Amino acid sequence: MGAKRIVIIGNGISGITTARNVRKRNAEAQIVVVSSETKYFFSRTALMYAYMGHMKKEHMKPYEDGFWAKNRIELCFAHVNSIDFEEQKLNFSNGKQTNYDKLVLALGSTPNKFGWPGQDLKGVQGLYSFNDLESMEENTVGIKKAVIVGGGLIGVEMAEMLRSRKIEVDFLVREKRFWGNVLPIEEGKLIQRHINEHHVNLLLETNLEEIISDENGRVRAVKTDTHGEIECQFVGLTAGVSPNIKFLKDSELETDRGILVNEFLETNQPNVYALGDCAQFKTAPKGRRNIEQVWYTGRMMGEVLAKTLTGSKTEYKPGNWFNSAKFFDIEYQTYGTVTANLEEGHSQFYWEHNNGKIGIKFVFDSDSRRFIGINTFGVRMRHELFDKWLTQGQSIDFIMEHLEDANFDPELYKSYGTEILKSYNSEFNKNIKIKKKSWSRIFS
Amino acid sequence: MSLASNQNLNTLGVPIGLGLSFVGLVILALSWMGIALPSILLWVCLVALLFGMMVFGVSTYAGETEGIKNNGIWHKSLTNKGMLAWVSGVVITGFYVELYWFPELLGLSAEGANTGLIAFFDPLSFALKGSAASQWFVYGTLYTIAIVGLGVKFIVKYRHNRYQFWRTLSVMVAQLFLAYFIPEIMEGMYQEQPYFAKDLKYFWPLNYYFFEDWHINNMTSEAGGSMGMFYLVWGIVGFTTLTPIITYFVGKRWYCSWVCGCGGLAETAGDPFRHLSDKSIKSWKLERWLIHGVLLYIVVVTAVVLYGYFSGQGSFMGMDIYTYFRKPYAFLIGAAFSGVVGVGFYPLLGNRVWCRFGCPMAAYMGIVQRFKSRFRITTNGGQCISCGNCSTYCEQGIDVRSYAQKGQNIVRASCVGCGVCSAVCPRGVLKLENGPEENRVSDNPILIGHEQTKLNSDVI
Ligand SMILES: Cc1cc2nc3c(=O)[nH]c(=O)nc-3n(C[C@H](O)[C@H](O)[C@H](O)COP(=O)(O)OP(=O)(O)OC[C@H]3O[C@@H](n4cnc5c(N)ncnc54)[C@H](O)[C@@H]3O)c2cc1C
Ligand code: SF4
Ligand code: SF4
Repeated sequence: MGAKRIVIIGNGISGITTARNVRKRNAEAQIVVVSSETKYFFSRTALMYAYMGHMKKEHMKPYEDGFWAKNRIELCFAHVNSIDFEEQKLNFSNGKQTNYDKLVLALGSTPNKFGWPGQDLKGVQGLYSFNDLESMEENTVGIKKAVIVGGGLIGVEMAEMLRSRKIEVDFLVREKRFWGNVLPIEEGKLIQRHINEHHVNLLLETNLEEIISDENGRVRAVKTDTHGEIECQFVGLTAGVSPNIKFLKDSELETDRGILVNEFLETNQPNVYALGDCAQFKTAPKGRRNIEQVWYTGRMMGEVLAKTLTGSKTEYKPGNWFNSAKFFDIEYQTYGTVTANLEEGHSQFYWEHNNGKIGIKFVFDSDSRRFIGINTFGVRMRHELFDKWLTQGQSIDFIMEHLEDANFDPELYKSYGTEILKSYNSEFNKNIKIKKKSWSRIFS
Repeated sequence: MSLASNQNLNTLGVPIGLGLSFVGLVILALSWMGIALPSILLWVCLVALLFGMMVFGVSTYAGETEGIKNNGIWHKSLTNKGMLAWVSGVVITGFYVELYWFPELLGLSAEGANTGLIAFFDPLSFALKGSAASQWFVYGTLYTIAIVGLGVKFIVKYRHNRYQFWRTLSVMVAQLFLAYFIPEIMEGMYQEQPYFAKDLKYFWPLNYYFFEDWHINNMTSEAGGSMGMFYLVWGIVGFTTLTPIITYFVGKRWYCSWVCGCGGLAETAGDPFRHLSDKSIKSWKLERWLIHGVLLYIVVVTAVVLYGYFSGQGSFMGMDIYTYFRKPYAFLIGAAFSGVVGVGFYPLLGNRVWCRFGCPMAAYMGIVQRFKSRFRITTNGGQCISCGNCSTYCEQGIDVRSYAQKGQNIVRASCVGCGVCSAVCPRGVLKLENGPEENRVSDNPILIGHEQTKLNSDVI
């Protein structure tokens, strides 16, 4: 048998990680990566920085253009219209076809639109693709006022983008507080204060009813349920994303919200795999959701799938949850599980600096005092240590004692360890002393 | 402070600051053109420049929240190689060309008193050291003003970051006192002494004339006295012992971005241009050839010079040491590379061209840093989102992201430890730190987050 032909649809982090790791493990395989978004892989996470003028578009590409040829990864800039699973063939929109031995679906997501009247007007858009970046640049030239609908991470990124060009922003959020399904109340308040500090007008518990057009088919205003009509020249739709699988809905491929896969990322079709934003686990991995639309999971799935594709079948077993984001100037990291509402049998400890911009939330089991998760704002923590401590099932007291080991702020930053401990000790009637940072513990 | 007053600060302060600096520059330009100006204008000029820059710096950022201030960098003419960048590049380059090769255009006169720009600085020179100004005095003064004035701007810009605060304060103090006031005042106090370099941190091989016979003679001459001997011993201990030891403990940053004058200018006046450095693998290759080439070059030149000194010969293998060794190095490297290209091209090639491609001191410490040092930039597990801010803002053109996204620590000879990659990273992925040598280089990193995934980082 000749070299296997592995075709990957989607050149985002999931598809590209798969391609790179297949090549790393196997010199022979033919690797083809298809995408109709851009020829070269770019980081979606950098879209905002390109808009704000922190970076040029070319900086979004993590690899030089010559990298792909050098590693014999063929890039195919084309759109797939349909897949013939029986014949193992792809049909491109330009009428061409190609066959595969193994097919990887790394199709990503598309922004949600909930059928609002006027959602397709000019000046109304989501932020997901390279194309969206370009249209946002076009749509926001010379405008004064924008409205953003949907209070999640992409929404706040969009607000920052617009503010960088001094555009006024009204931010409509359906929930009682910003990112209310993820952030607990203290953290939500901290971030809301900061969003306001950046002169973004947060309108909580407000729903979009209609987007109103001017005589040229361009947005002129939005109508809301609680704040009436709001004039604006741009509307950002950031009410979440869904798997980008419309063209596969009526095929033999088994789908639900996403493409259904088992723990080996196999679909119901032979030789076809799916991963990243577009994949939905039939049985969610332990302690995780069945669709996780984040960068890191796409990357981890890609590493795992590459093993399977090169002969060592490997199960996707994500470890402890982690994530991070940035809200204007405030960095956020999380390790383990911190839910928006404290679960039964869990306790929490929250410390906030009196500047109101630095805060840490710890969650632990009320009985066993086992540490469960942490949210940090304005403080950086060592991923490796928290991962280790979570796996070891360390107690909250242990975490407190070793906070200095975990701190990852730049050198010479003020450490808040002692202050945090003082507050913890008095709240829980303890007498724990913080240990000095120790390299041998960090590396043990 | 209330919002209104913050905004006033911005709308009023920026034009006032720019206006003051402009006044200073106009006065300099007039005297550069040879127009004789009253000495009071020198003080007006210096104060206008220094305070103009400071007012501009403070009011540019003070009205905004603390955080990263890179909005619009790639949209502006000055910082994205537009018209303004070219104009400033040409002006600065022109100044360096005159300074090194045509000082008479600045007013230097072989016989009799100086005129023009150089004479304009006489009052300050007399006040500090009791003698007339030279072109080097003018240069040193303007250089120091730039570092101090724009250092204040940098500090306000990064006021949320204590590493940046202390580092910048350090380069400002080092320039102001070690490089400027102390040597100048000492010159005045010991007028009978022949010249030798008195900047305590100006070690060979950055100071390429340290071992030249005239310099050694001046230090060891009777008139040089015990101070001359001190500087001789200090200079030798400095490059043989102090430099490698400190670099072992904290990396070359202690020099390049904490005390060095070239680094000081790059980090302050040059900060708006740091993102212009070329990040390609090709330029990394060029860098390794060039910088180690210069190191080799100065080692050869110095060896020949020392041979001449100890043997009493004026030539080496039939070649005149001055004409064939000292002079070309001083011309090519000392002047053309470090000055004209190094600073004049800030707005086009970035602020660390000299430090990255040319400086033999950086090359020397880089070798220590790469192979025997506790310094590294730690990558925080699997948190990198490959956004590329770190690489974009690395003034040394290091593709930081290429390491971070693999979970690898950054251990690179060229890293000057400016800490800006760590500052601009939106996910808190990077930390400059000094730690045990084992675990420093992670050749086989594990991207944390998955139970069984180990990566081989060798190829891609
Ligand atoms: C603005 C923004 C900021 C974000 N920030 C973060 C963050 O900070 N942290 C984080 O963890 N996550 C973040 N995310 C989410 C993260 O970027 C995604 O989870 C991740 O990019 C998904 O990667 P993927 O490879 O699965 O899919 P994608 O990156 O979406 O790649 C799929 C590709 O497949 C192509 N494709 C799809 N169908 C076809 C077809 N039929 N034919 C040809 N090509 C096709 C698409 O055009 C696309 O290029 C962010 C997302 C956005 C939009
Ligand atoms: S790697 Fe980071 S610390 Fe080193 S020179 Fe580049 S930006 Fe500065
Ligand atoms: S700035 Fe941070 S998150 Fe972005 S690529 Fe660099 S290390 Fe990764």
